[in-house]
Amino acid sequence: MKTISAVTGNEAIAEAMRQINPDFSAVYPITPQTDLMQKFSSFHADGYVSTEVVLVESEHSAMSACIGAACAGGRVVTATSGPGLALMWEMLFVASGMRLPIVMPVVNRALSAPLNIHGDHSDAMGARDSGWIQIWSENAQEAYDNMIQAFRIAEHMDIRLPAMVCYDGFIISHSISRVEFLSDETVQKFIGDFTPTNSLLDIEKVVSYGPLVLTDQYHEYKKVQNDVISSIGEIVLKVADEFEKVSGRKYSLFDSYRLDDAEIGIVILNSAAGTTKDVIDEARKKGIKAGLLKPRFFRPFFYNEIAEALSGLKVICVMDRSDSFGAFGPLYTEIASSMFHMKNKPVLINKIYGLGGRDYLPVHAEMVIDELSEIAETGIVNHYKEYIGLRE
Amino acid sequence: MKIRGWKDLNEGPVIKNPGNSILYKTGSWRSFKPVFLKENCTDCLLCWLYCPDMSVVVENGQMRGFNYDYCKGCGICANECPGKKRQKAIVMEQEGK
Repeated sequence: MKTISAVTGNEAIAEAMRQINPDFSAVYPITPQTDLMQKFSSFHADGYVSTEVVLVESEHSAMSACIGAACAGGRVVTATSGPGLALMWEMLFVASGMRLPIVMPVVNRALSAPLNIHGDHSDAMGARDSGWIQIWSENAQEAYDNMIQAFRIAEHMDIRLPAMVCYDGFIISHSISRVEFLSDETVQKFIGDFTPTNSLLDIEKVVSYGPLVLTDQYHEYKKVQNDVISSIGEIVLKVADEFEKVSGRKYSLFDSYRLDDAEIGIVILNSAAGTTKDVIDEARKKGIKAGLLKPRFFRPFFYNEIAEALSGLKVICVMDRSDSFGAFGPLYTEIASSMFHMKNKPVLINKIYGLGGRDYLPVHAEMVIDELSEIAETGIVNHYKEYIGLRE
Repeated sequence: MKIRGWKDLNEGPVIKNPGNSILYKTGSWRSFKPVFLKENCTDCLLCWLYCPDMSVVVENGQMRGFNYDYCKGCGICANECPGKKRQKAIVMEQEGK
């Protein structure tokens, strides 16, 4: 049985968390995550979940407490945004290094300064090297679905890694849209019981967490971490298959839209993909062979699969909602890396859009498609990296 | 202790056999070595009290010498040793001399 509701992205995720009913959650409020955890705290206060909810004094503490609870053998959830994720940064590496399958919605927000609370991917991109799995979501439905699948992926016995579920602050977190919820039983059956490994509370098998590992073994632990996160593709697809059976919704490593016969393409993450798909439909009506690829995972990055999907294109624009100042945007560099080994490389350009929640409008996507068409025709590139939607 | 290759590591840096620090011999870090001069010792055991590891060997309340498998040669024992008649019972010597 499923329920169809009109909810905000945060309400959808709070509902997922109620259905999942984790053992432990340590949280610190930060816009635009606040009303997600407020909603979940209400579920807790009203007795709908048996989760132990702890309000801590900072995000660094929130992640630290979650690490402790995960070491103790609990199913653990927290959530954050922007500067909150930045404050967690040190502990993110501890969670992944200790292979603790903590699941964390990241409601994407800009980093200061100037102070800004709106949708921007700088927060998650800043944490891209922390060893966490990153799942990105276009809308509230995808965020809800990814949240549920994240537990199966993170907690898989061959993976045991923490996972972030990213969705755009305000644009998704605070906008109301149609979401299909699964029943509580379906969700609980799908995620199953949590199996702790190396629980600190198991006095029959005493373990120590957090030992010093110096020059003689640290390098080896990092190699294992790299191999584990790189190998999750098969499990992701298996979980997606099972999820399709209970939900009817299909997921993969990435989303491709009208790519098969496309000549020009846009690669873009999260909510802006929806706007772009609409504009692509319009362009197709005019006979422009445009398509879109939206990575679902930024970590691990599925280089080979994505390169193959983009291999037929002549010109690609990779669009970043965050910047690496003095360099190309983070998504662009991954796409460029994935194409480098190909014989016939497409022309690749980078646009920085929508920082600090600046609207990404259909007209912006139209301008990009027009520019790509022109490059396809003339072969002339004026800017490899450019900010769009700027006030002049 | 056997240093493991990457294929043999636990899923995280978790110690599953408690008390295994005894297998990790740290004496090779030492560049100076404490030498015990029994004739100057009053068995006050300040060396045992101050040793940051457990490298001072005591039997029946008497100082017997050092466990060099774990002594890192910090020299605190020699510094603290009151000795007998201003003659230290512990002196530091450079390793490899």
